[in-house]
Amino acid sequence: MSPLIKNIIRFALFVLIQVFVLDRIHLHQLVTPYLYFLFILWMPFKMNRSWQMVIAFLLGITLDAFHHHPGFHAAACVLIAFIRPYLINLFIPQEGAESNYNEPSVKSMGGYLPYFIFVTVLTIIHHAWLFLLEAWQFGNLWYFFGNTLFSTAISLLLIIITELLFVRKQKFKTNTI
Amino acid sequence: MRNVFFFIRKYFTFFFFLFLQGLSVYLIVRYSNYHNAMFSKTALEVTGNISSRYNRVQYYFLLDKTNDELLKANERLLNQQKQNFSQPDTGNLLSAGPGINDTLSANRKWLYHAAKVVQQSIIQQNNYVIIHRGSNQQLRNDLGVVDINNGVVGKIVETSENFSAIMSLLHKDSKVSAKLFKYPDVAGTIFWDGKTPNIVELIGIPKSLKVAKGDSVITSGLTATYPAGYMIGQVAEVSPDKSSSNYQIKIKTTVNFYNVQMVYAIDNLEQDEIKALEKKLEKKNH
Repeated sequence: MSPLIKNIIRFALFVLIQVFVLDRIHLHQLVTPYLYFLFILWMPFKMNRSWQMVIAFLLGITLDAFHHHPGFHAAACVLIAFIRPYLINLFIPQEGAESNYNEPSVKSMGGYLPYFIFVTVLTIIHHAWLFLLEAWQFGNLWYFFGNTLFSTAISLLLIIITELLFVRKQKFKTNTI
Repeated sequence: MRNVFFFIRKYFTFFFFLFLQGLSVYLIVRYSNYHNAMFSKTALEVTGNISSRYNRVQYYFLLDKTNDELLKANERLLNQQKQNFSQPDTGNLLSAGPGINDTLSANRKWLYHAAKVVQQSIIQQNNYVIIHRGSNQQLRNDLGVVDINNGVVGKIVETSENFSAIMSLLHKDSKVSAKLFKYPDVAGTIFWDGKTPNIVELIGIPKSLKVAKGDSVITSGLTATYPAGYMIGQVAEVSPDKSSSNYQIKIKTTVNFYNVQMVYAIDNLEQDEIKALEKKLEKKNH
């Protein structure tokens, strides 16, 4: 399957799962599980950074359309799409897995630990920015901290489960074609 | 000049990032007022369509529950019918029920429109209920919406052709004029603090009144949105506000926002006239 079609299907699936499954899970008002932004983390390495942000913006605005309040998810998604390349540069192995694999994964980032840190940092940034913008309306700081902390924990758990359930087949591209 | 272009080109990604962030924040600020809550009618039409497809499946599993509720609502209406009351004393009008109404007459004030809910949210800070009935089906902005148990759901803030968005009680801008059933003379305001779903707050009730847990809270009828006497909820917790002479009362809503499937939008046919009057007053004051 071509990467374009694969990513379009992924985009639709993540949005639908977020809107119709995860948004309907009411664990607690402080805990909102988010998974859709994993789409941004899984975007290919070799992609124009401006395009990455445009796609992230589109993903965010699509989700906002379902929540009937534009801007919140778009802002958070654009932020992590902007920070993502810096983190990848930080955690990618010296041999340059960037040229060997298509997208970030446990394999291409060189182990569980770097990949997990990569995911955790972006999850925290995404949630913090999202809930900060929301807290700005109600002006409740403790609510913001609790929301970020608990939601991040649940989202990370969901991401780990997703990674274990859906193993992405990643071809190793050698130099000898 | 060349250096400026060079500078912009070098940091193009960063500037583009700032632009997109700015755009997002602009959208948040622009639409934080509920009067233009929906950023486009097309978006409401599209997401409403997808949601209604999903709801068709989900609704199947709730059929028996909805059936029970409709049966109860029907029972209540049947008990109000005029033939259930015998009136040996023709002067006694108290038990007359709905009375004689010429439904075609110009005296009608409230008109009810049934609608099916296709999507409801409760985990956001601003929650909306989307119903499958819109401007093509006689709905418009500012109509009050109640569920089949006569509990207040919210009011319509945006309509597209076939869908309407209701600002539910669980919304930061939602304000409903309410009173306690026991004290019909004192009106307070219902709002949501954004913390717990199905729990709203009532302010403006003075400490001189005796409020107990379980007291009914109803709409006051002072605004043009809801008729008087619709249930909002029951008192769950009463605590005196230290800084004022009022209570802080927590209300458990009658409507279960986790699962509301059928609603009625209530059209106030006098609303246009009232609005025109208010506009005239405003002009006079200026």
